[in-house]
Amino acid sequence: MTGLITEPNIAGVDDIYERLIAMHADASTEESLKLAARLNLILINHIGDPAVVAEAITLAAQRRKGKPR
Amino acid sequence: MANVANIPVWRDIGAAPHPAASLQQAPLVIVGAGPVGLAMALDLGRRGHPVVLLAQLDFVAAGSKAICFAKRSLDIFDRLGVGDAMVEKGVVWNVGKVFWGNREEPVFQFDMLPVKNQKRPGFINIQQYHVEDRLIDALGALPNVDLRWGHRLGGVETHADGVRVTVETAEGSYRIDAEWLIACDGSRSAVRDALGLDFEGRVFEDNFLIADVKMKGDRPSERWFWFDPPFNPGQSALMHKQPDDVWRLDFQLGWNIDREAAVKPENVDPLVRAMLGDDVEYEPEWYSVYTFQCRRMARFVHGRVVFAGDSAHLVSPFGARGCNGGLADVDNLGWKLDLILKGEAGAVLLESYDTEAIAIADENILNSSRSTDFMTPKTAASSAYRDAVLELANELPFARPFVNSGRLSTAVALPASPLNTPDADDWRGAGIAPGFPALDAPLGTGWLLESLGAGFTLIADGWADGATAAAADGFALIEPGTGDDVLRARYAIEPGTACLVRPDHYVCARWRHPDADAVRAAIARAKGKEL
Repeated sequence: MTGLITEPNIAGVDDIYERLIAMHADASTEESLKLAARLNLILINHIGDPAVVAEAITLAAQRRKGKPR
Repeated sequence: MANVANIPVWRDIGAAPHPAASLQQAPLVIVGAGPVGLAMALDLGRRGHPVVLLAQLDFVAAGSKAICFAKRSLDIFDRLGVGDAMVEKGVVWNVGKVFWGNREEPVFQFDMLPVKNQKRPGFINIQQYHVEDRLIDALGALPNVDLRWGHRLGGVETHADGVRVTVETAEGSYRIDAEWLIACDGSRSAVRDALGLDFEGRVFEDNFLIADVKMKGDRPSERWFWFDPPFNPGQSALMHKQPDDVWRLDFQLGWNIDREAAVKPENVDPLVRAMLGDDVEYEPEWYSVYTFQCRRMARFVHGRVVFAGDSAHLVSPFGARGCNGGLADVDNLGWKLDLILKGEAGAVLLESYDTEAIAIADENILNSSRSTDFMTPKTAASSAYRDAVLELANELPFARPFVNSGRLSTAVALPASPLNTPDADDWRGAGIAPGFPALDAPLGTGWLLESLGAGFTLIADGWADGATAAAADGFALIEPGTGDDVLRARYAIEPGTACLVRPDHYVCARWRHPDADAVRAAIARAKGKEL
């Protein structure tokens, strides 16, 4: 059983980060939210394992005060 | 007394006379003559029990209420002998389409009957009053059911082995001492109030307009749902066909509106015309505005008082889980109360109604709440996700299952029920596991579900002792023939296999190689022996 990978797992992170930021260039906050949502949905489907996705959501939510789900 | 609340009348019946005796005895009193109360009376009446049914009104009400009846409800209606009457009147449909914005083509469509080769369709649409009419007609053939129109619940006193009910009529009040009281009296249940009980859960803040209109046309009998259509920008809308050229149009209105103004014809007309086109000719049938809650009682069984339908749980209409959920309660409760009244099961069996009906209600509430959250996003992020899903669904197949315009009512599985006998054999994921609803299949020249009857049934293939065991233990036996391949595949039937089905048509046990003791033990367990 492979859970969520939290060790470095992909090469060229600077390049990917730049693309992520560039995707949001000139976008309104509303449009940015939608871009991020599109990307999330696409990646979630690609991961394809509900347990891993749930683990990732929990981990992300932990960064929010008082809202771990 | 009848129509003090200005309720639209579908069929006038007139009040039943005040009984001669001011204190009466009855094993069963059912409060409420909506589809749930009527079906409950029909179920227990057909099983031979004397039933007193109290109907607050002395007429069948019209107005925009339940219209979508799911396959599971049609199967229940079949068991109650009214399935054909419902389907003959109803508009059959299986396909739902979801539209978004001004796109002509749907972004998503679904089939409510993905498994073919079943007697009944995925859904019929039929106005609630037509359903009530047909149930009332069927009850008319049962001399043991006493349907008391215009008899209103005045009060309830509970004690350990019964309930004392006070009933108000136009000619005064009387009392009934009942062994059991079944509250089917809707979201504003007088029984629930009388016991000081309440719901828990969420209330959703939005308003929706129902415009039932009469118009001719050849639009298909499909469920059409729109997100953000040009005729109702930023909101949702729904269109559904009903019998007699009546169409259910549903428009989301938003929260801060004038509800009284919203139903005025001059305000409804622009919405209807924007949806259907300026040239369409229609007559208003009934306009109303609704909001909704997704809540349930903490328990459905309170001593000798049992709650079913809207009195016990409420959902949004998206998903058709209100009335269909109530009929699931009837299905679950009927055979259990029958066994208890006949002394074949202890009152403890009702604990399984509490857990199973709550499991069903929770699944309905969960789906209904999720649909509502998808349709009416509450935050900027949830709007973004909703729109992203709709955009992607237009282009990419993976996103289509995310579209949630109301997951429509289907039979709810009860895998954790204590009435199930867990599998001892390895079925390799095939067949229908204990706790899952029996799936229809062709059987001989008819259908499996219509052959199951109102008691326990064993579907067995080549079990030599089957007939002997069935005769001794009082269950029905169905032996698939050589041509029943679909049934064999659906139940993973091989020579020797047996599958036990409860009176409400849920599988509760199965064996590769049954023996009479194992079947007997499984029936005892399903009757609550282990509770």
